[in-house]
Formats: sequence, C-alpha cells, structure tokens
Amino acid sequence: MKKFPGILAALGLVTCSALAEVEGDADRGAAAAGVCTACHQADGSGKNVPGGESWPRLAGLDAAYIAKQLHDYQSGERSNASMMPFANMLDEQQIADVAAYYASLPATQGDGGEDAGEAMLKRGKQLAERGDWSAYIVSCKSCHGPGNRGAGEVFPGIAGQHAGYIKAQLQAWKAGTRKNDPQDLMGSIARRMSDDDIQAVAAWLAGQKAVAN
Amino acid sequence: MIRTLTYAALSGTLLFSVNATAEDKTTQQYIDTLAELGYPTPKENELVHIPPTMEDLEDSRLHPELKRVIRRGHDLFTNTQQLRGENVFNNMNCSSCHLGEGRMPFSAPIWPAAVTLPDFRGKNAHVNNLEERIAGCFTYSMNGKPPEYGSDNMVALSAYHQWLAKDVPVYPQQPIYGRGFPAPERPEELSYARGEAAFQEKCSVCHGDDGGGLRVDGQTVFPATWGDMSNNWGAGMVRVFTAAGFIKNNMPLGQPNSLDDQEAWDIAYYMSSQERPQDPRYTGDVKETLEQTREPFHKHSMYGRTRETDGHLLGDHSNLGGKPFLKPDTVRPRTFE
Repeated sequence: MKKFPGILAALGLVTCSALAEVEGDADRGAAAAGVCTACHQADGSGKNVPGGESWPRLAGLDAAYIAKQLHDYQSGERSNASMMPFANMLDEQQIADVAAYYASLPATQGDGGEDAGEAMLKRGKQLAERGDWSAYIVSCKSCHGPGNRGAGEVFPGIAGQHAGYIKAQLQAWKAGTRKNDPQDLMGSIARRMSDDDIQAVAAWLAGQKAVAN
Repeated sequence: MIRTLTYAALSGTLLFSVNATAEDKTTQQYIDTLAELGYPTPKENELVHIPPTMEDLEDSRLHPELKRVIRRGHDLFTNTQQLRGENVFNNMNCSSCHLGEGRMPFSAPIWPAAVTLPDFRGKNAHVNNLEERIAGCFTYSMNGKPPEYGSDNMVALSAYHQWLAKDVPVYPQQPIYGRGFPAPERPEELSYARGEAAFQEKCSVCHGDDGGGLRVDGQTVFPATWGDMSNNWGAGMVRVFTAAGFIKNNMPLGQPNSLDDQEAWDIAYYMSSQERPQDPRYTGDVKETLEQTREPFHKHSMYGRTRETDGHLLGDHSNLGGKPFLKPDTVRPRTFE
C-alpha cells in the first residue's frame, strides 16, 4: 500500500487512500466472491471467449491490483458494462476481502494462444521480452517483471492471462477507452502497437506459465 | 535532409546506388520515428547510424562461434545481474541506463565507444580502449569490479559493442547523432522542492518513494535511483546534466521528451542530492577527493557539497554500498612509458 497514497493524491482520489488500508480476509472474500463466479469461475480462472468478451483470470493476481481495479470500476476511472454492476455491489471491506481471496488462489493457465502460428508467437515473444525499440515499444517485461509474472502492486502478472482479455485491454488502451494506468504508462505503449502486435503478444503471453505474484 | 543523406550514403560507391536509396528511406523512417517521439532531427553533418538488431545477427554471415559470443555479450548487457556478487554489487543492468539494448540514440548508445576508442579520456587522464571504458561502467555505475581484461565476459561484451557499430567507419570525422544523453539547456534555477514533488508524482510509481526501485524474484525491474543499490558517486549519472539528459530523453519509460526541461533538471537535481555509495576514488576525505576529481568530473555533481534542505555534506561517508572493497585494481593511471 506504500505507494498508493501518492498516486491517488495525484489523481485527486485522496479519500480512497484511507479506504485502501482496509485489510482483506480471504475466507470472508470467498463468500463475497459468490457474485463473481458466473464469469470469473469458482477457481478464479476466468474464461477466454473467442469472438466475445473474455473474462480475466483473477487467481493469483496481486490483491492491491485487484482492489484498485474494483475501486476504479466504482469511480468510473475504469468502465466496463458487465463489470460495473458487480463492482458497485461491493463495499470497501468486501473489495479488500475479494481481492485477498483471489490473490490467495493458485494461478491457472491462460487460453487463446493455441492457434497462433510460429511467426506470430515469435513476434509476441519479442515484444514481451525485448520490445521493439524501432517503434519505441518497450518490452512488457520491463514493467510487468521477470517472466511477466507481475511486479508489485501496480503492474499485474500477465503471463498466462487469457489472450482474448489481453487483446481487448490493449485495444482499449489504444482506443483510449481504458486509461486507469498510472501516468499513461500502458497507454503510451499500446498506442504504438499495431493490431497484429497486440494479437501476437496476447497469444504468446497466454501460453506462458502463470504464477501467483 | 533526404538529400544530405543521399550524398552520405552514395559517397562510398555508385555501384550500390539502388541499395543506397533503400537505405536512405530506412534512415529517413528512423529519423521520422524519432522526430515523432520528440527527438531533434540530425544536424546536417551528423553521422546517423542504425545499429543492427539481434535478428540481423542471426541473418548475418558471421562465424557461428562469433554469433554465439555476441549473443552472450547481449545477454550480459541486458541481464548484468547474472554477475551479481562477482562484478556487479548493486541493482543495475547495463541496459538500465542504455535503453533499447544499448541501441537507442539519446540513451547513450554504446556503439560509438567501439569506433571512437582508443582515445584520451579526461575522467582518468589517459588513453582508454573499449575494454577499459566498459570497466569504467562496472567500477562506477555497477558499483563493482570489472570482469578481467581479455576474459570471456569482457570479450563478449566488447564483441556486442562492436557488432552494433557494424559498417561505421573507425574514428569518424562527423559528430554522432544522438550520442550520450544530450542535456536540455540548463534553466536559470534548479529547485530541490520542485524536483522532489515531480519525482514523487512522476517517478516514484516505479522507482519508489525512497528511490530504492523494485526487485522481483531477485531480478531488477526498476533500478534504484539512489541509495546503496544505485550507482556510486563516481558514475557519470551523478553529474546533474547527465541525469537531466537521461531523464528528459528517456523517462518516464515509454514517454521520452514528455517532461519539460525545468522538470527534467529539477528531478535530476533532487536525485543528485541524495546519498549513494562512495566514489571508488575516495581518499578518505571528501574535500580532498573533491579537489582531486573536481575539474574532470565532480564540478558537475553534488559530491562534497552541502545539501540545501538539511545541511548534509553529500559523499561524506565511507559507505561502500553492497561491495566489500573501495576500489577495483583496474582504477589506476597509465603512462605508456
């Protein structure tokens, strides 16, 4: 939580910093997460839905990251029609509990990269691990950490996330419909990625080993 | 600009004029991309070089064994932490400062070292070759001990530098486009308070409130900007103009040239006013060390100066950070006599 007050202050959300101190309880979270399972599944694995809206894996994601997303859905910083009503059902304690619960679950494997060809996976791996500096696309790894398994509270694990979800989020950043990242760190990269780049990196990441962070 | 480039590209031989035109177009695209990112376009007489990539290496006709050594050099460069405890005693990788695997202009691209050295270097007042220049980074920026001259790792790192300089003439006459970390013009006044506020607002999400950076699974994600795990007081980055140039041209990651000049300098000034491991040239007395190193180096840093906010004398300590020695034995004068 150490870093959040500064960021929230910068966003004019100082009031949330006190709320972010609410301590989560994974057992209570398991009960509160009942409303989440229809999409995110009982094991938090989510679901890759080709041609539709994919539901992200939550199992093993950082608790503070999950809590921030839920707060952002409530405040409108992040918007998603399917997610908003559910986020609004949760009070501060439930947000902390649900976040703690999903963070405690073992990470499950992502889907959606199975059909990608060799060239696409090669491009995806390059973007994830080394980036493409000729287009100033820095590697995913440079923020999402070793193996793209996540770094701290701000940069979520993306290895083993569903390809459909990664693709949709990068497209949303590119289009400017998602912008709840600190200082546009993700947006500025996503806007330099072609549709093929997004497809490639999503496919490659989905096939990587997911680990709880 | 295109015309200038055409002349430059064609100056070798007309036989390759078709290739030269294609090369011209690539160069123009390269410059256009950089211009979109806010970098200046090359001045008329500047040397523009697009370093080859690791993919180009695989496609090249170099000896397979040489390719293997260059790959090793690239691996050491981008994951220098594999030498932790042996040559590296802080959280830095070479690529922490030299972004884009050492290829990016305005991020101290490393290939110029391969074509401009050996040369006289003011910092140590003698002629340095490429290996000694690399050793300097290990000594100061990595707060460590360089791999032995001629060792496998040193040869591999040198080979990677030289590969990136492929096709550039040795000792080029022209100034090099994007060399070093060109600093924006220094504003009239630098402010610690503004620098601190800007650091907390724009840098701390990655580098931490305390400049400690972030490590995950024993690997550096975000390097420490000061403190025990950052570069020591002898590293080029402690010069305020160098830090300002690095920040302006490269930070926040993915958003080069997004900070205004005043912000970049204020952040650099704030960062440079924090403690870090002792300069390996330390004599045991900060004022004496400052006197001996002022002209070629510390006149640009905050070393040996009093911090305005609390009266702390910067560099007045014998903290070596994570390493058990002050000075590696590669730091020594050469006389060539």
